[in-house]
Amino acid sequence: MAVGITGYGVYVPRYRIKAEEIAKVWGADPEKIKHGLNITEKSVPGPDEDAATIAVEAARNAVSHAGINARDIGVIYVGSESHPYAVKPTATIVAEAIEATPNLTAADYEFACKAGTAGLQACMGVVGFGMMNYGMAIGTDTSQGAPGDALEYTAAAGGASFIIGNNGSEAIATIEGTCSFTTDTPDFWRREMRPYPRHGGRFTGKPAYFKHVLSATHALLRKLKLTPQDFAYAVFHQPNGKFPVQAAKELGFSKTQVAQGLLTPKIGNTYSAASMLGLASVLDIAKPNERILVVSYGSGAGSDAFSILTHDAIEKKRKNTVPISKYINQKEYVDYSTYAKYRGLLVK
Amino acid sequence: MSVARFWREIPSRYNLIGSKCGNCNKIMFPPRFICPYCRRTGKLEPYNLRKKGKIVSYTVVHAAANGFEEQAPYTLAIVELDDGPSVTTQITDCNHSEINIGDTVELVFRRMGQDGEDGVIYYGYKGRLLK
Ligand SMILES: [Zn+2]
Repeated sequence: MAVGITGYGVYVPRYRIKAEEIAKVWGADPEKIKHGLNITEKSVPGPDEDAATIAVEAARNAVSHAGINARDIGVIYVGSESHPYAVKPTATIVAEAIEATPNLTAADYEFACKAGTAGLQACMGVVGFGMMNYGMAIGTDTSQGAPGDALEYTAAAGGASFIIGNNGSEAIATIEGTCSFTTDTPDFWRREMRPYPRHGGRFTGKPAYFKHVLSATHALLRKLKLTPQDFAYAVFHQPNGKFPVQAAKELGFSKTQVAQGLLTPKIGNTYSAASMLGLASVLDIAKPNERILVVSYGSGAGSDAFSILTHDAIEKKRKNTVPISKYINQKEYVDYSTYAKYRGLLVK
Repeated sequence: MSVARFWREIPSRYNLIGSKCGNCNKIMFPPRFICPYCRRTGKLEPYNLRKKGKIVSYTVVHAAANGFEEQAPYTLAIVELDDGPSVTTQITDCNHSEINIGDTVELVFRRMGQDGEDGVIYYGYKGRLLK
């Protein structure tokens, strides 16, 4: 049974740090970094923010956009690789903060940058099977790269929340189908009790990101008998500003199809939120009857691909959205020392 | 703060749930068990206050309290909520030079503190300038 998107909400913290500012600290060539990663700046969470607070603001925005009673949400899944607690769910904090408690089920998901879309698929199953009327899937992260590591230029913070419901007149879009591609690929990892992840350097490209993103997309296009020309927009996971553009090219999508969903150059890699925020950015401006491809990627490794078709309700509900452009444009730059203080990098 | 007290106060800390008296219609925050105006004839019900208000007074804290060092200087304000009651709260995501009395704020969900590195994390509302 096809399911629909009833509403969505986003959040990106207000603080930014420029790539130049990080490069200056480590004696790197800023132009080389900006060009190499196609990134100009990244979002930085404030000292009182974490993956839970980011998820709550995105979830509250989603409930207002959907125009539903939060108590009708039967399931909340929160995907993140930076849950505030090692043991204690983020999903219960979100459920309480949007007043969806106590008659619901909730859990946290983990799968690097695709934990949010894994939750989305689970919600599709739960709602599609008729177990619940509405499910909420969230991707949220406050990711950190080790100081001086290449990841420090991109590891950013943000969150996106999607409410999945039936495919009736209140749906802003139908999820036409989903396909995944998953293998055991150690391209990026973080061990228990360690503050920063490690990665396989060049190994993160071809056998990891590209193999999974391309395979999941091919599988979905085959399954739904669609070609790149059938889509108005395409959103790919964006660990930097370069990979998604390259993946699009290899798959036969144009730069125009990718542009609206490409946010990493301005806000960095928001990890679990990245592909979901890209989708939200497209939904913020999409017209009815436009098809959107969304492909996530999570290290370790896997990709989830979705085909989404917009409906008339997208325009009717638009007045209730807080568009991502509002969060992207309301920004304040911090220098590296303030960034280090906010991210807890200083030893006291 | 004890974990038990924090847990009991979650509805008011997360969602600004106060009380409304069915007899005199007054709205109270934090929630009350007895209406201070009607006493025994009061009929208190939980009431969701709107998460919006105006700054009526503020002070900039330079000597931060324990656990707030990385946020100094920060602003504490008295915010008169649209529903009437006032709350004292930090104003987040701003430079104190941006703040003026009469500014409209929305109450957003933030970390209020934690019980040490291995203790519980306290969440609650903070003001944010509405722009
Ligand atoms: Zn009364």
